[in-house]
Amino acid sequence: MKSAPFEYVRPKSVAEASVALGRRGATTAAIAGGQSLMPMLGLRVALIDLLVDISRLDDLKIVAKTPDSLWLGALTTHATIEDGKVPDMFNGLMRRVAGQISYRAVRNHGTIGGSVALADPAADWPCCLIALDASVRVAGRGGMRMERVADFIHDSYATTLTTGDIIMGFDIPAPKAAFCWGFAKVARKSGAFAHSIAIATSQGKGGPISVVLGAAGPRPRPMTATATQLGVLGSSEEQLRTAIAADFDAHFTDLDAYQKRLHTANILRAVKDMRAQ
Amino acid sequence: MTAITIELNGVKVNDEVEPRQTLADFLRDRCGLTATHLGCEHGACGACTVVVDGIATRSCLTLAVMSDGRAVFTLEGLRGDPVMTLLRRHFHESHALQCGFCTPGMLMTARDILQRHVHPNAEIVRHELSGQICRCTGYANIVKAIVSAGQEFEPGTGSAPAEKAIHFDGG
Repeated sequence: MKSAPFEYVRPKSVAEASVALGRRGATTAAIAGGQSLMPMLGLRVALIDLLVDISRLDDLKIVAKTPDSLWLGALTTHATIEDGKVPDMFNGLMRRVAGQISYRAVRNHGTIGGSVALADPAADWPCCLIALDASVRVAGRGGMRMERVADFIHDSYATTLTTGDIIMGFDIPAPKAAFCWGFAKVARKSGAFAHSIAIATSQGKGGPISVVLGAAGPRPRPMTATATQLGVLGSSEEQLRTAIAADFDAHFTDLDAYQKRLHTANILRAVKDMRAQ
Repeated sequence: MTAITIELNGVKVNDEVEPRQTLADFLRDRCGLTATHLGCEHGACGACTVVVDGIATRSCLTLAVMSDGRAVFTLEGLRGDPVMTLLRRHFHESHALQCGFCTPGMLMTARDILQRHVHPNAEIVRHELSGQICRCTGYANIVKAIVSAGQEFEPGTGSAPAEKAIHFDGG
């Protein structure tokens, strides 16, 4: 578990970091908390020439709340969110999600930006940010760009990040009405990567409902048929199960019978918790 | 090689390291501080837990170069720490170890638990310990030791700021 040799730089600005990450002829990686990258370097599944330490860039630590949205800088750690040290606009959803990630010592360093940049199919933040319809702001060679997280992650461990790109942070729109949520996660042990993550949210009576399922395929996907069915007053569990099955057919075609039962149960748990709030 | 300065157990250390060297290897191989144990070397076992700038940290998931300018405490540096003194007694009284390999990480994590939870019950302690692996004890006595230490521990009285509570004795 020793990494192969690499060069190390600690740029003073985002622009400088972007230039370093784009160094010609070199395989580069940015490191923030390093809680996923370090094991990957140790196992040598990631082989790099140059490590760019972005962990001290103040521009990536900005946290700001406006009436319309919450901005979380890419370097915001899971523990910071868990401890309620950043504003909460979502009735405790993000605190709950953060507190379930890995172990405390890892949450002390792991960042929301790093989690989304890696785009592990079983990671928590991609699922949560998609459920909250968040957008990601990226600095790169072509200047700044904003993308919905749902579009930014396009496959397993695959994002639209290209050479020299750095995630600045996330713009998360404030809920329009009373926000209710359910978060359900199945993992072999606490802190382990999930076998299923389901997040259900609603905004006020008759307002928009969303259900997102993670760890079920290459990337988290909105369960649109399920959300629509939930909006129908007096829906039975049978109807809900039918809608969930339709969403599996649309977005998660590789699931076997056991996985379908697991994810269905997990979604129903999240929905129940959302309705109970 | 990259030059780094780390405040290690209260003493400033200047050294040159290879960028790929983890903080754990730096502590053990360069500084001879072998209380920090390496089990899995990928963040799963928790034996290498140290304190960096006041927060619990996996030293196997941190590079020595990234710790430049930081204050690092290992178990050796917490000999005079009142929380650690309390924990050590309860680990002894509850027989909370067998082979001892996981113990440094257990103690570092137990200290972190007591600093974040007031009188934690067994359920909280078990959840918080899920990132620490012990292959001998079955955890029962470790949980018992931390719960009983927590009952005796009054936050604010024994948890003076680290720089005041900790005395480096050269170990």
